[in-house]
Amino acid sequence: MDYQEISKQYPPHNENLLAILHALQEANPRNYLAPEQLKWLAEYLNTTLGHVYGVATYYSMFSVTPRGKHLIRLCKSPICHTLQGESLVEVLGELLGVTPGETTADGFFTLEYAECLGQCGKAPVMLLNETIHGHLNRDKITSIIRELKNQEHE
Amino acid sequence: MSEFRIALRNLDTYNPESYHAYVKRGGFQSFRKVLNTPPVRVIDLLVEANLRGRGGAGFSTGLKNRFTNEAVCQRCVQKYIVCNADEGEPGTFKDRIIMEKDPFVLIEGMLIAAYAIGATEGYIYIRAEYYESVKKLKNAVAQCYEHELLGKILDDSGFYLNMQIKLGAGSYLCGEELTLLESLEGKRGYPRIKPPFPAQKGLYGSPTLINNVETFAHIPYIVNNGAAAYLKIGTEGSPGTKIFTLSGDITTPGYVEVEMGTTLQTLIDEYGGGMSDGKSFQSALLGGAAGTFVDASVMDTPMGFDTLKEKGAILGSGAIFVLGSDRKLQDVLHSVLTFFQHESCGKCVPCRVGTVRLVQLLEGMDAKKHQETLDQMISEAEYMAKNSLCPLGQSPILPLQSIKKFFYNHF
Repeated sequence: MDYQEISKQYPPHNENLLAILHALQEANPRNYLAPEQLKWLAEYLNTTLGHVYGVATYYSMFSVTPRGKHLIRLCKSPICHTLQGESLVEVLGELLGVTPGETTADGFFTLEYAECLGQCGKAPVMLLNETIHGHLNRDKITSIIRELKNQEHE
Repeated sequence: MSEFRIALRNLDTYNPESYHAYVKRGGFQSFRKVLNTPPVRVIDLLVEANLRGRGGAGFSTGLKNRFTNEAVCQRCVQKYIVCNADEGEPGTFKDRIIMEKDPFVLIEGMLIAAYAIGATEGYIYIRAEYYESVKKLKNAVAQCYEHELLGKILDDSGFYLNMQIKLGAGSYLCGEELTLLESLEGKRGYPRIKPPFPAQKGLYGSPTLINNVETFAHIPYIVNNGAAAYLKIGTEGSPGTKIFTLSGDITTPGYVEVEMGTTLQTLIDEYGGGMSDGKSFQSALLGGAAGTFVDASVMDTPMGFDTLKEKGAILGSGAIFVLGSDRKLQDVLHSVLTFFQHESCGKCVPCRVGTVRLVQLLEGMDAKKHQETLDQMISEAEYMAKNSLCPLGQSPILPLQSIKKFFYNHF
């Protein structure tokens, strides 16, 4: 969505701030809120950049630093944490070479932690972009990541 | 005891993407019925049925409706109705099931409640990570607009309701009602001072009714079957049913809706398929992170708001996280405490500093001084509970105190 489409869909009311942040972040190929986007939004809502930035940095789903094309959010709730046979963050670290909060050098993957994703019946789980993957173990994660990597390098 | 479905009664019986399918199986009949009764009668019915909020607090839904209905609208143009679909309590996923599989029942429940309190603007505040629920709800709301159930005047009194779906962005705290309202207004998720309660001063300072998804899903059933029938289900203090979400060391994790008063033993054995891999039971964390660890002595207690309270436990959201005897309680507690540390918004200093202190105390625990450390943590958590504005700062005391009560000698 570009600025024009966004302003058509969302009137310039502060109650639309979160919705517009979601739209802007989705529109950004690097999966984050760039400074110029935040500046545009502050002007659009006739508010301060500080207010917009304050909201953007409060909520954990928004990022003000560039992220990868694929977002991996590993659930670290007490349930998913307890039911891990081996540390899944380490498995992901081995496969991708990153720790939570980091993006791979090729810009394909960002690894993050998430709080409870509400899928505890399938614990341990992770959210890959918009898809939940449950009953995770080393083999399952390896095949998911391998498949994505193959797609990217084709 | 068998499953008893109220909130989940339409599950898998119709295509949740079709308005017509919902209407065909009797959908919106409760709402149509209500349109011919005065709003106060609807409120009386909910009070009589003693419907208690399914979000965790268990407050009377009827009274909440009454307060919002009676609130005088000063310098405001309308009353609001808000559905709290920001389900984030660890171990809980009941609202997601309703929204994914029966989104129309939520809209019907909201329509009835809106009519009862005289609200004209409705919001469903849902966490953005629930992609599937968002999709289903957006479709359901759009179809209700299409069929003129939303956005149009529906009876002689001029009742109408607009509805919007609003997404959160990854904040546990926004599941707290007043914080949720701040977020709806497009602000950081900081709690407000209570009172005034939302019924007096809610969204944009106007009277607002906020209920949980599961609570709304009960309303059409109560309207349809009457208070007397509803009171026969469940226990005396906690009538009706409850959805429990089972996870952890059990054979078949998942959700089940049963009468209030079902025991933990039944839930684990009959619906959870018993302990997994031949493990023996150590503990269950009831109600999520802001919940209580219990031992086997609670196995036969009827699960209800008051019955569990008497035992030093809470029902909360209905989350049941079962732990086998091989699990380290300290490890689970650490995970719970880091959760609070991460989700504390930082507005109240006792909570901001306290959540960090609790994790530090646990991590730095001297091998020989476990009980001493636990006591110290409890004293910190008590201080936090007394001096924090919202339930987050008031919550760490719950798991800590329950560990002291049930596992002090093994901690």
